[in-house]
Order: sequence, then structure tokens, then C-alpha cells
Amino acid sequence: MKRLRLTVQLLFTIVTNGYLYGFLSGKIYRGSLKYVCVPGLNCYSCPGAVAACPIGALQALLNQQGLQVPFAALGFFFLFGSLLGRFVCGWLCPFGLVQDLLHKIPVFKKRKRLPLHRVLKYGKYAVLILLVCAGSMFLWGGFAKLPAFCKYLCPSGTLLGALPLLSANEALRGQAGGLFFWKLGILLAIVLLSIKVHRPFCQYLCPLGAIYGWFNRFSLVQIHWEQERCVSCMACERACPVALSRQEISRSPECIRCGKCADACPERCLHFLPKPPAARKDA
Amino acid sequence: MRFWRGCKRYAWTLGALIGVLLLGLGASQGQLDVIWKKAVMICLECIGIG
Repeated sequence: MKRLRLTVQLLFTIVTNGYLYGFLSGKIYRGSLKYVCVPGLNCYSCPGAVAACPIGALQALLNQQGLQVPFAALGFFFLFGSLLGRFVCGWLCPFGLVQDLLHKIPVFKKRKRLPLHRVLKYGKYAVLILLVCAGSMFLWGGFAKLPAFCKYLCPSGTLLGALPLLSANEALRGQAGGLFFWKLGILLAIVLLSIKVHRPFCQYLCPLGAIYGWFNRFSLVQIHWEQERCVSCMACERACPVALSRQEISRSPECIRCGKCADACPERCLHFLPKPPAARKDA
Repeated sequence: MRFWRGCKRYAWTLGALIGVLLLGLGASQGQLDVIWKKAVMICLECIGIG
């Protein structure tokens, strides 16, 4: 499953950022596919991006419409969340892939979590409420129309949007100032932290993970645990990159459905999607 | 009890339906156009210039 996941991550990143002309010309795709959002955190200012970022879309609607309900963005969240939950984070998010690859670099002793994880894990909810929602509507300059999360924090925008655009577009390069270097600093911090800690941005800061985590309890894609077959060897808990217990796996808002627990289980009592009752009787 | 278990099993269907309804509602209010207009312009804030 490890290889399958990496292949899906790579393919999805390539397909959703497949506008190659953009990388060469320093311009972005302007076609009708950008009416829809991709499920993961994928900056729409990435020269290759062929669809919109869901967090960017939410902020655009909040910027434009203030306190009106952003139905379209909520629609995308409900649709992707109900079907996939945080499977999106584990399998379909380009910035998640970047962090996964960085974590494979064999330097530093690896950690699953940061110290103070119990407190820090709520950071993503604070980012969602303060930066994405309140920030976009009224925190800065009284109903200011700016996407606060994209502007001050999003490292995906710096990596997928800013760096390729600035390297190909000389006019934009000339305008890079203090804000760009602030965001570059955040990106570098997350890059370095990702080498040591498993997916620090996803665990502590990503507002999209905070949203999809809410759907984890009832989404279609689940990791099903057959308690009656479990021999309590704890192999799944040791393999879980976010250090969840057997009871928490899949249902926890922190589970990204990476499937490492299912791979590690010697009794095969963890698997994607519940088996139909007839198949379970046969087994 | 069995009814609630059944409800829980198919809660994702309800969630997905709500998603489609919300998308339709958003589209009817022109919200997809707002998303498109934002997504086809280089977002200067996103790249740390604006």
C-alpha cells in the first residue's frame, strides 16, 4: 500500500498541476476547470494548477461577500469530506506529499509529534477560525478584503505558487519584498521541521485538515478495525505516523488514512472500507 | 438501535447530498464565478507580494 499511496500522490499532484506552459511562461491557467476546487491544499496561483484551492475559494467568497454564507465552498467541503474525510490529506494533497518526501530524508532522529502535541494540535482550528474565516472577513482593517491565511501563512502558496512564478516571471520577481521573505521563512521552517517531525503543517496548522477531520467519523472511506480478530500486538499503533491508538484509528480527526496501520497488522484486521457482512462471515 | 447504526453507516450519503445541494445553491448565487475570477488571476497575496 505504501507504493500505491506514493503513486497516487504523485499522479494526483501531476494531473492537478499539469498546465506545463504555465511553468515555462510564468503565467497561470485561466480555463473553465477553475470553477471547481481540488480536494487538497493546492495554490491556484501555481502556474500548473488546473483547478482552484478550496481554502482560497472559501476566503475569496468571504472577502467578496462578508457575512453571507459561502455555499459553494461549503458544498465542496461537504462533498469531499463526506466521501473521503482526511483520506484527502493522506493521498491527494500535494503539500502533504512534499512533507512525506521530506520526512524520508535520513537525517535527524524522527519524531511522530511535537512536544505539547495535545495543545498544539488545536492550532489548525485556531488558524481556520482566526485567519481563514475571521481574518478574511473583518480582523484586519475592518472588513478588509484580503485572504489572511494565504497572505500571512500558507506555505503551499509559497512553494507551489510564489517560487515557480517568481523564477519564470521577471516582472513579479522585482516586486518581492518583506512579505515574500516572511512567507519564505515560514516555508523553510516547515521544510526543516518536516524532516524531523511527521507532517507538522498537517498536524498543527492546516485549516483544510481541521475541516476534513470533522468528517472522519462518518466519511465513506474508512479504515475498519475488526476488534474480534485483533490480537493486541500493537503493531498498528507503532506504525501509525500520528501515534493514534487502535480505538482512535480512522475515527480520530487526526487520522489521514495513510493505511500504514493496515499494512502493519499481521492479522489483517484493519482494512479500508468495511467488508460486506457476507464476506466477513466467510473469512 | 439498528436504525441508528444504519443511519450512521449511510451518513456519508447525506453529507454528500448536502454538499451537492450547497454547491447548487452557491452556483445559483454566482459564487462559482467569484471563485473562478479569483483563481484565474495571479493572487499576489498568495505569492507574498500583495
